[in-house]
Amino acid sequence: MKKILIMALLFVTTIAFAAPKYGGVLVFGRGGDSSTIDPGHATDGESFYASTQVYDNLVQFKYGTTQLEPGLAKSWDISKDGLSYTFHLRKGVYFHPTKFFKKKVEFTADDVVFSLKRQFDKTNPYYKVGGAYEYWSAMDMDNIVKDVIKVDKYTVKILLKKREAPFMANMAMDFASILSKSFADQLLKEGRADDLNRLAVGTGPFYLIKWIKDDRMIFGANEDYWGGKPYVKKLIFKVIPNNSVRAAELKTGSIQIMDFPNPEEVNALRNNPKLKLIEQEGLNVGYLAFNTQKKPFTDVKVRQAINYAIDKAAIVKAIYAGLGKVAINPIPPTMWGYNKKIKDYPYDPAKAKELLKEAGYPNGFETTLWAMPVPRPYNPNGRKVAEAMQADLAKVGIKAKIVSYDWGTYLQKTKMGEHDMALLGWTGDNGDPDNFLYTLLSKAAANLPASNIALWKDNAFDKLVTEAKETPDVAKRTELYKKAQVVFHEQAPWVTLANSIVVEPMAKNVHGFKLDPVGKRRFNTVWLSK
Amino acid sequence: MFSYIIKRLLWSIPTLFGVSLLVFFMIHLSPGDPAIMLLGDHANKTSVEKVRKEMGFDKPLYVQYLIFANRALHGDFGKSLKSKQPVIQEFKDRFPATVELAGVAMILAIIFGIGAGVVSAIKRYSIFDYSSMFVALAGVSMPVFWLGLVMIYFFSVKLGWLPVSGRLSYEFDIDHITGFYLIDSLLTNNYEAFWDALKHLILPAIALGTIPMAIIARMTRSAMIEVMKEDYIRTAKAKGCSTFSVIFIHALKNAMMPVITVIGLMLGTLFAGAILTETTFSWPGIGKWIVNAVYQRDFPIIQSATLIIATMFIIVNLLVDLMYALINPKIRLS
Repeated sequence: MKKILIMALLFVTTIAFAAPKYGGVLVFGRGGDSSTIDPGHATDGESFYASTQVYDNLVQFKYGTTQLEPGLAKSWDISKDGLSYTFHLRKGVYFHPTKFFKKKVEFTADDVVFSLKRQFDKTNPYYKVGGAYEYWSAMDMDNIVKDVIKVDKYTVKILLKKREAPFMANMAMDFASILSKSFADQLLKEGRADDLNRLAVGTGPFYLIKWIKDDRMIFGANEDYWGGKPYVKKLIFKVIPNNSVRAAELKTGSIQIMDFPNPEEVNALRNNPKLKLIEQEGLNVGYLAFNTQKKPFTDVKVRQAINYAIDKAAIVKAIYAGLGKVAINPIPPTMWGYNKKIKDYPYDPAKAKELLKEAGYPNGFETTLWAMPVPRPYNPNGRKVAEAMQADLAKVGIKAKIVSYDWGTYLQKTKMGEHDMALLGWTGDNGDPDNFLYTLLSKAAANLPASNIALWKDNAFDKLVTEAKETPDVAKRTELYKKAQVVFHEQAPWVTLANSIVVEPMAKNVHGFKLDPVGKRRFNTVWLSK
Repeated sequence: MFSYIIKRLLWSIPTLFGVSLLVFFMIHLSPGDPAIMLLGDHANKTSVEKVRKEMGFDKPLYVQYLIFANRALHGDFGKSLKSKQPVIQEFKDRFPATVELAGVAMILAIIFGIGAGVVSAIKRYSIFDYSSMFVALAGVSMPVFWLGLVMIYFFSVKLGWLPVSGRLSYEFDIDHITGFYLIDSLLTNNYEAFWDALKHLILPAIALGTIPMAIIARMTRSAMIEVMKEDYIRTAKAKGCSTFSVIFIHALKNAMMPVITVIGLMLGTLFAGAILTETTFSWPGIGKWIVNAVYQRDFPIIQSATLIIATMFIIVNLLVDLMYALINPKIRLS
């Protein structure tokens, strides 16, 4: 009897999981409001959360991965010299009509040209609207893209200034979203071009109904979405700044998915019978960078010694509250190109002392250890991590004084290389190893103000990552990146600390939700049972 | 009376000028580059310089101040660095929410504070006196966010009586007429939305109103005790006035003098206290907006919001003084 019951139960649950249902309202609770809905101007995750729902890109990351798949471009060709990309656009895709733009306009090459050119073409009327296109500059697109040309209604050509393998991944990033040219033109005509920051007309799975600042954003399902009609009828983003209050809203059922729970509360949420939890390693790395331009960190033996001296496993266990794993390489293990063969420096104070002695510091030395003042995804508590490291270093004779500034100052000073050792980290934007290895460790990135805060200049490493950047073949790039990680491991410009784990608690009746490694939140495949 | 008001208004000009100078130089001299703050961890050299130039941060400080002051005088408070929306628009979007919350909190505080104070004074050393003064002491010492979380846990999560946070459930959609949900819902005859908005107001208003309520209760109690000792009260009693008339007509009017001052001062602090309450209860008002602006070094918002709030402080103080003068003519004369 029991067996039959279990079988019946299993059958019922399989049916429930197998057949997604349409309808219902999904409320997503998040910690902050978007600052703008124009992805060209946004730099913060909360803004991209919203723009992702409304806009599409030429290419996109396959849901839940960092692999690329066709988006608004159904296919593309790359010229042999790697300098010209031709995109063949999807036909019959329409921008959704909204309360503030009632026309139903077809998506064409003009929209692509407008969306990209406004970010670098000084003659474009939108070039000056709404301030700088920050991500465009941050991704160095000014030095990559030469021109965007309409070939015909459904074909666009992008010409590059130099070979750039990560370019396609950049095209999947939010700043390269495709906006409606006709809507922008209308706003311009009405003298309210700035409204592109708060009103959105896109081709995405949802359309914007209303945005009440600091309160909520309401989206409706785009029934004609080219990628398939979304399951939920309405999607609401509710701003709930306090983490505990957000969790309370989830428990009472007034929201169905919540972002960023307090690490201390994760277990209680996990054990709540009404809820479930999705976990995934974040596309990030937290690290301790040595200033390799300053003594004694110019000496590789000192850097290796500190790598041996710090008990990373203990730090991650105690301070990340189980929501992190020890990092071995400068790129996270979920990323392609990750070198699994590299063995981490084990915790070995004796070996550390020996190396220090060889380097000429038998009694250690005095130095400073900079701690970030704010929690970040890759490091939940800079101060505590620094204190744990300080204690470990003291055991091998290194006296480290902890230094901290407010966040803006901290970033500025570390970029100028004022530190001896500093904690920092990185969250990937485009799923390409280049976004970590070149951005954080190349020679070019070591020019002040540097994003390579180790100010590490290594010829062998630099040659590998530069070559990889210019090689279109993914298999070849993978090999180059693996070699680069070997060089990084031997030269040890950082102590790689942790890759954090992102958790997303949700109600049990929410199905089909995945965490995106690039940090997006997507809801078109999410459905609600009951 | 008229010249008194004019004099008071003229005095506010140098005050506002001082506030603007102080705020401007304090935030601009504090460390941290707004351009880097805006661009975040991923900022590179070219984009930081581009942004700094665009925002005018490359100009000397006094030039930046003059530009800001000149614009503010013309009613242009600039645009938010983050959202690129006019600061004044952002302020208008959020201000009614704060006023609604602070208003209800203040009404609660005045009704219950004065009520408890009067009863405690008359029934001195009774159980009511001891317990209400104990509650008042607890109210003063309780951190708003903690009280808020406890109430949410108890009334929303455990009992399910009241909503956890926000201003309105998502099922409702109110047309914006005044921006006050209680009023707008009534104007549009949407009584269900009114009830929903009211339910959303209860917990945050209690959290925000507790401290002022406690202070008002203690002030009223001691003022009443003082006044009740006065000769004219004894006279009134001797004349055979009813207890009601003695307490509410003779005594309370005079006991109110110091209480009104405190209420006036507290209106200002209520806006400041709203920051914590708004964060706890996800209340979309100006408190949360300003805190975010400080974190992001959104200079135009910090500068303008401080100026606007300072102006409000001045107006509230003026009103309090006027009320004072109305109750006690001696003040006008001196």
